[in-house]
Amino acid sequence: MAAKLNLKDKYRLLTRDLDWEFSYQNRQDAFPYEEFEGIKITDWSKWEDPFRLTMDAYWKYQAEKEKKLYAIFDAFAQNNAQMNVSDPRYLNAIKIFLTGVTPLEYQAYQGFAHVGRQFGGIGARIACQMQSIDELRHVQTQIHAMSHYNKFFDGFQDWSHMHDRVWYLSVPKSFFEDARSAGPFEFLVAISFSFEYVLTNLLFVPFMSGAAYNGDMATVTFGFSAQSDEARHMTLGLEIIKFLLEQHEDNVPIVQKWIDKWFWRGTRLLAIVAMMMDYMLPNKVMSWQEAWEVYFEEAGGALFKDLARYGIRAPKYAEVIEKEKEHISHQAWWIFYNFGHAAGFHTWIPTDEELDWLSEKYPDTFDKYYRPRWELAKQMAAEGKRFYSSGLPQLCQVCQVPMGFTEMADDPGQISYRSAEYQGERYHMCSDGCRDIFLDEPEKFVQAWLPVHQILQGNCGGSDLEEMLRDYYRMNVGADNMDMVGSPDETRWQKWKGAA
Amino acid sequence: MSKVYLALQDNDMSRYIVAAVEADNPGVTVIYQPAMVRMEREDSLTVRRSTVEAQLGQSWDVQELHLNLITLGGNVEEDDEAFSLSWVR
Repeated sequence: MAAKLNLKDKYRLLTRDLDWEFSYQNRQDAFPYEEFEGIKITDWSKWEDPFRLTMDAYWKYQAEKEKKLYAIFDAFAQNNAQMNVSDPRYLNAIKIFLTGVTPLEYQAYQGFAHVGRQFGGIGARIACQMQSIDELRHVQTQIHAMSHYNKFFDGFQDWSHMHDRVWYLSVPKSFFEDARSAGPFEFLVAISFSFEYVLTNLLFVPFMSGAAYNGDMATVTFGFSAQSDEARHMTLGLEIIKFLLEQHEDNVPIVQKWIDKWFWRGTRLLAIVAMMMDYMLPNKVMSWQEAWEVYFEEAGGALFKDLARYGIRAPKYAEVIEKEKEHISHQAWWIFYNFGHAAGFHTWIPTDEELDWLSEKYPDTFDKYYRPRWELAKQMAAEGKRFYSSGLPQLCQVCQVPMGFTEMADDPGQISYRSAEYQGERYHMCSDGCRDIFLDEPEKFVQAWLPVHQILQGNCGGSDLEEMLRDYYRMNVGADNMDMVGSPDETRWQKWKGAA
Repeated sequence: MSKVYLALQDNDMSRYIVAAVEADNPGVTVIYQPAMVRMEREDSLTVRRSTVEAQLGQSWDVQELHLNLITLGGNVEEDDEAFSLSWVR
């Protein structure tokens, strides 16, 4: 009987011996995008996947994870556990997740299937292909978990249609479309490294831990199950960075530019997670600032200290990013409160206890900049004058977030505006970080599909807001949107709980 | 000095892995948060097959760690005997 192969041998057989040389075709024709970005690869055999996962092990462990996960989904549904969440306000974070994040998993699936074909090295190709299948699994488990809530709460219908059209969902959508329309190495630096190694931790770890604390075992379980794949994906991200930096010194400035770009874009995207943590979890685990310090500053700090030996420095504007952790959740939730009539979920004024918690967690900023707004909103709501903004916000040409972020360097009370000209037209950005990104690739970002511009050009149908929300976005107007207070979701919840 | 970290789902299987990590990694900090356990340590952290098996009283494959893993930080190295994270070179 043949001796049992060890892990390293099995991995070597899969990732080296199954590859082939091109004898009658030009290798560059087989991998047409490999040199497209100016990245120089001298020896693909130096690629190593530290997890050394092979196909037999992959199917075995993924199948076991699925069995555990679906057992919990079944238990959750059988136990009527949608009635045991902490507070129906919580479900609005899950609506954001379904419309804003789940479609990104699908984009990741497509993106990794594409780049998994484009690399000349078989180790990288296999790692990307396994990741592609993982991402498809995440889409499926997330849709399945949240389909249960669709039976009981508003706002879960037609999420993929909404992802393609609704104004604020252009933020996550454009992030992935920017990455997927880049070359294969930039895609990996954007998604595997910047997004997954550092940024998804903030969504899938502290937020999911919070979901558990709010009684949502279906969500925490798909979140942790997805993140267990992310651990492998992050390892791919770190491996690709080290590989690129070790292959050729000319790769260093290219990789640094991508790190600067994608960390900035990532921090903008995460503003929505910040408000999910600080405002949408009724039972709170930690503040956004605390999570940021653990998973961005500490974890990312260790990472960049390690990469310094290659000549890589921390992402550009790290000092601005450090200041924003005290502001971004408040600014994002305020934007949604103002536009709560055009959102696909409910918004609300934090309770007095929640305002006190925010004051305690953000002692230097909350009372000074944000509490007065909520006190005013509270007073207006008490007088029956709940406030909604009637105008359309200016959007940033790059991150597509409405201009609501402020000047962190010297005046956090002042909205930050930047602009740049390209071929005689003026374009607007929210920050120096987004302006730099625009100036580096103006020909790409002038093509951005900006929802506000499209609405004003008449491309989103409807003669008024209600028609547009109903016919173009396909929202159930009056049920999916407006304040949590007085919503059908709230009324049903109180009836179920015997309180109405 | 930089910390590496490993987070596992807080379940019955992880209990044995955490005990093995504590036995093999002096000074490791174990933090319990809702539904998860986070372990962190300066420079390196190792999960050893033999120690987990001794805790568990049955055979255990290092790759089974994937079933309970949530996230990690550090350079990964895995073989048949151990899974390790490190920032030291």
